[in-house]
Amino acid sequence: MIILLVLTVISIIASLYASFIYAPTELIMGDIQRIFYFHMGTVWVATVAFTIVFIASIMFLKSGKRKWDILALSSAEIGVLFITLTIITGSIWAKPIWGTWWTWDPQLTTTFILWILYIVYLILRSVAGDNVKQARFAAVFSIIAFIDLPLVYISARLKRGISPVVFGPGGGGIESKMLITMLITFLACTLLFIILLKQRILYEKIKDNLRLLKSRTI
Amino acid sequence: MKTIISIVRKDFISEFRSRDMFISMFTFSLIIIFVFNLVLDLTSNIKNIVSPAVLWITFLFSGSIGLSRSYSLEKESEAIKGLLLAPVDRSLIYMGKFFSNLIFLLIIEIITIPIFIILFNYDFSIKIIEIMLVIFLGTIGFSTVGTLFSAISLNTRLREVLLPILYFPIIIPVLLNAVRITTSLLSGESLSSNSSSLQVLIAFDIIFFSAGLLLYEYVIEES
Repeated sequence: MIILLVLTVISIIASLYASFIYAPTELIMGDIQRIFYFHMGTVWVATVAFTIVFIASIMFLKSGKRKWDILALSSAEIGVLFITLTIITGSIWAKPIWGTWWTWDPQLTTTFILWILYIVYLILRSVAGDNVKQARFAAVFSIIAFIDLPLVYISARLKRGISPVVFGPGGGGIESKMLITMLITFLACTLLFIILLKQRILYEKIKDNLRLLKSRTI
Repeated sequence: MKTIISIVRKDFISEFRSRDMFISMFTFSLIIIFVFNLVLDLTSNIKNIVSPAVLWITFLFSGSIGLSRSYSLEKESEAIKGLLLAPVDRSLIYMGKFFSNLIFLLIIEIITIPIFIILFNYDFSIKIIEIMLVIFLGTIGFSTVGTLFSAISLNTRLREVLLPILYFPIIIPVLLNAVRITTSLLSGESLSSNSSSLQVLIAFDIIFFSAGLLLYEYVIEES
C-alpha cells in the first residue's frame, strides 16, 4: 500500500511536469491543449471503471457474493467522479476552441448519457432498500446500461460529429513528446484509480463489519 | 406458449373489467398532444421536423404510465406472488408481461394517431405501412426495457417516480432512431434510405429482449 502510494504521488508529479513543461505547445490551439492530457486520462479511468462495474455485476448475479457487489459499487462511484472531471475539462477546452461549452456531438452525447446512467445507478442503489435487493437491481441496471451505450453512440453517430479523433482511421496522429506525456498521465490516473478503489472497498468492508458487530450486541 | 397466452389473457381480462388504466393513458396522450399543439406555433416549415418528435414523446410518456401501472396491479393484493408460485420458468413470465405490455401500448398508440393527424393536420396515408412498422419496432423496444424496469422501480422506495429516471436514458436510441425514420418517411423518403437507423432499432429490440429474458428472474423475486 505504501509503495503504491509513493508511486502514485511520483507519477502525478511527473505527469504535471510533463503536461505543463515537458510537452511542446500545440501550434494551433496553444496552451489550452495541455488540458487534454487530463481530459484523456480521466476518460480512460472512467472507461475502465465502468467496464469493471459491468463485469463485477455479471459476476455478482452469477455467484451472489458480496465482494463483487462491493467492487461494482466502489468502481461506479469513482467512475462517476472521473467522468464528471472529463466533462468539466472537456468544456473548459471546448469554450475557446469551439466557441461553446457544450454541443450535441456523438461523443459528447454518449458521454452525457453515460454520466446520467451511472448517476441513476447510484440513485437506484440509495432507494432500493435492503442490501440484497439493492445489489441485484443495481447489477441488472448496470448490465442494461453498459450494453445500451454502443447503441447510443451509433444512434448519435448517424449525425455528423466534430470531436477530434486522435487515434484510428482519420486521426491526426500525435507527436512523440506529447505521446509520452499522455502515457505518463494515463499511468498517474490509473494508479490514483487503484488507490481510490482499494480505499473505497476497504471502507465498505469496514461498514459491513460494523453492521455485523452492531447486530451482535443487540 | 400456453403460459404466455394465459398471462396476456389474465392482464386483459382484469383491464377490461376496470378500464381505468386504458382511459387514463388515452386521456393523458390526448392532453400531451393538445398541449404541444397549443404551445408550439406550428407554421408549415417547422411542422415536419417537430411533429414526429411530438408523436414519439407522447408515446413515451403515456407508455411509461401504462408500464408502471401494469406492474403495480400485480403488486396490489399480492397477485405477483401467485404468478411466482406458478411452476414455470421466469423467462416465460417475462414474455407474458412483455406481450401484454406491447399489445397495450400498441392499442393506445393506434388510438392516438388519428387525434394526432387531426390536430397536426397530417397525411399519413402515403406511407401508412412503413410508419406502422416503425411504430411497431419502436414499441417493442419500449416494452422490452419497460417490462424489466417497471418491476425494479415498483420494488424500491420511490416506486412509480423512479421508472422514468431509469427508463428514459436507456430508451434514447429507440427514440432517436424512431423519430429520425418517421421524419424522413413523412417528408416523402423511402424506408430503404433509413436502413442504418432501422438496423439500430431492430438491434435494440433483439438485444434487450434477450437481456430481459435473462435478467427478469433477478428483479421479480421477493427478497
